[in-house]
Amino acid sequence: MSQFEQSPSQTIGPFFRNALIEMTANQNNLINENTAGQKIIITGLVLDGNSQPITDSMVEIWQADANGYFNHPADPNRAKADPAFSGHGRSEAVNGGRYTFTTIKPGIIPGTVTPYINLRVFARGMLIHAISRIYFSDEAENDNDEVLNSVPAERRHTLVAQLDPAEPIPTYRFDLNMQGENETVFFNP
Amino acid sequence: MTQFNPINWKTHPPYIHPPYRSTAKRGPLKKLLPLPQKLSELTGPVFGADTVNELDSDLTRNARVNGEPIGERIIVVGKLLDESGNAIPNALLEVWQANACGRYIHKVDQHDAPLDPNFTGCGRVLTDANGEYRFTTIKPGAYPWGNHENAWRPAHIHFSVFGTNFLQRLVTQMYFPGDPLMSLDPIFNGLPDENGKKRLVSDYAHDITTPEWALGYRFNIVVNGPKETPFETKEA
Ligand SMILES: [Fe+3]
Repeated sequence: MSQFEQSPSQTIGPFFRNALIEMTANQNNLINENTAGQKIIITGLVLDGNSQPITDSMVEIWQADANGYFNHPADPNRAKADPAFSGHGRSEAVNGGRYTFTTIKPGIIPGTVTPYINLRVFARGMLIHAISRIYFSDEAENDNDEVLNSVPAERRHTLVAQLDPAEPIPTYRFDLNMQGENETVFFNP
Repeated sequence: MTQFNPINWKTHPPYIHPPYRSTAKRGPLKKLLPLPQKLSELTGPVFGADTVNELDSDLTRNARVNGEPIGERIIVVGKLLDESGNAIPNALLEVWQANACGRYIHKVDQHDAPLDPNFTGCGRVLTDANGEYRFTTIKPGAYPWGNHENAWRPAHIHFSVFGTNFLQRLVTQMYFPGDPLMSLDPIFNGLPDENGKKRLVSDYAHDITTPEWALGYRFNIVVNGPKETPFETKEA
């Protein structure tokens, strides 16, 4: 038995913007001129069970740097992590339910085979956040990824961001469908 | 690598809770899939002292324009712990709340109650070496919301908590003892467990109450802890 029990989650509600976004601007841009790696944009819609945008939602991401390292004490390679990259990003989806991140393509974390980003979505109307992952459509080794292979084949596409060839900066489209035929795979780690 | 306890669904609310109407179309309906805890789950952003300044933890001062904010001044203290009782130092807490009249500065808040020009209701604080935090604010007011006829949120302060890794992330709300609106609130009542509900209600803390100045409240927060190995388990 644990000594203490987890404090329960409650909804982020509709009014988080001023506290979580405005006071700490540019949290959806994870990079600066010193950040190593290939600059990419990830953007998508957060959609409810009626395919309507959830305009009071927020997406957070957590990813490795360009070499697959985290600037965190648990990473044995922390000393080699890019000091110009925190790995944490946050984007509100108030504009028509669209979130956007400017970041770098993560490197491959030692012990894994293909790049990915961890993601969480919060919203008014969600009493607790949901956890997912973003993989990239232009990565050949996705087929050998332990987590993707653990997901039923017909749902794997919901975890793969699609590269848009029309954009000058590599741009990946990744919609979050909270429900419906293409409900995004959410995890319970 | 030390594994952490998963989300404890006995204490956390479900995605779909029909009395809170907006949950019906917004929470996942399919079963959550397992995810192994690897480096990407056992790491998270590291926040330094430069993340916050002194004013960030005093909401009665951090937005003054032409005077003091109106309302009942309060001091909120607490400790951030994991399930093993380990204090979590240097963790970022972000708070936001309505003003004393129950109004948010957020542009979407249409509640017909006055804004306070000297109060934004937004603050941030890092836990100290003992996992403790403290901030000064104004007691928030109740406010109406459109969920059902005559629906009012009990007074609450929103908390956003970053622990030390991806699994410890928590967004929750702190309530005030004795508030009669709690038992009528579908958001609070989304919690499946009475003990869990109690953990979101702060305690009045007379030791924190400061004479001639402010009332004190204590609100401890517990996030996922490391899985105990069988060797450490001491079952009777
Ligand atoms: Fe609120």
